[in-house]
Amino acid sequence: MDTIVKKRIKQVIKGDQDAFGEIVEIYKNSVYQLCYRMLGNRHEAEDLAQEAFIRAYVNIQSFNQDLKFSTWLFRIATNLCIDRLRKKKPDYYLDAEVAGTEGLTMYSQISSDSPLPESEVESLELQETVQKEILKLPEKYRSAIVLKYMEDMSLNEISEILDLPLGTVKTRIHRGREALRQQLRYV
Amino acid sequence: MCPEQIIELIHDYLDEELNQEKEKTLREHLKSCKECETIFNELKKTEAFVKSISNMQAPPNFTANVLARLPKEKKKVWMQRWITNHPMLTAASVFIILMMGSLFSSWSQDQEFSVSKQKNLVIKNNTVIVPKGKTVKGDVVVHNGNVRIEGEVQGDVTVINGEKYLASAGHVTGQIEEVNQVFDWIWYHMKKTTQDAIGIFSQSETK
Repeated sequence: MDTIVKKRIKQVIKGDQDAFGEIVEIYKNSVYQLCYRMLGNRHEAEDLAQEAFIRAYVNIQSFNQDLKFSTWLFRIATNLCIDRLRKKKPDYYLDAEVAGTEGLTMYSQISSDSPLPESEVESLELQETVQKEILKLPEKYRSAIVLKYMEDMSLNEISEILDLPLGTVKTRIHRGREALRQQLRYV
Repeated sequence: MCPEQIIELIHDYLDEELNQEKEKTLREHLKSCKECETIFNELKKTEAFVKSISNMQAPPNFTANVLARLPKEKKKVWMQRWITNHPMLTAASVFIILMMGSLFSSWSQDQEFSVSKQKNLVIKNNTVIVPKGKTVKGDVVVHNGNVRIEGEVQGDVTVINGEKYLASAGHVTGQIEEVNQVFDWIWYHMKKTTQDAIGIFSQSETK
């Protein structure tokens, strides 16, 4: 796959948008997931994931072709998410948690048409719980944890994406993992 | 030694960064220490939970939405792709361009005075004269010159890049045509080609 990506990047550098479409297809799920796990909101996640791809396209000239494209792309996306989190004003979105309720989102207030089987409800509940706990992590631990466990990145890649020394990345993952353990141990 | 240093070992183990010797130390400790074992298992469970929710799909039309927000593509790239996607149309347009080119160049190169060879035609200073009382048989074609018809022409008269004078006594049985503009010239060529083609066709039919 790396050779395909390399080839497409060369075409994108020449300005071919169709080739870029293929790149988006390859990475859209992981970039979207990264943004969603970081921000906890589908609407914002889609917006920022799109923004990440657009920035990658516009700045493709500055991409060093000897490096891994995914690392570069994830770095753009992570930085966008961190910027957004820092600037974040309280906004109301459908999947934001409703104040004063535990794990209740606007989605759950819209009645669902088809009842879900019990096992699916359980796994959805687990998903929501895990997502909620990830969102409770301080942003510096959150990015490391999401990259490691959601995006399956190696510690070296994470250190490149976050532009941090390897030791710092390890510490952040250890702390993030420990915080999650405290919250998820009785699930 | 329990628990701070062991916790470190557990994390290093989870990061797959523990050498065999240290792993052995860890395993032995876990066997003897219930507390550390619980922490170890909880951490493994936490990892599994987090990994289990890691298969999100981007919303539908994601790629199309990204492409719609990109700055406009360079024309050159668009052209190149169009050419590779439509080879037949490209070949056809190249053919047409070459055809037009050859017609234009033959128009501009063809600046010399010439006239079809026929009996009774008199040539004077780039003017072809059909003398009074004489009859010219066949079509008369004059390039880059004028024609003055005082007698009779049994056929068509064509003047390319010139003028014709038809005297009152002059007579042409066929059509008289003047071609002066490039487009007239192309039109004339096309008409002639078709007529020739039809001529061949009808000839072979009569045979």
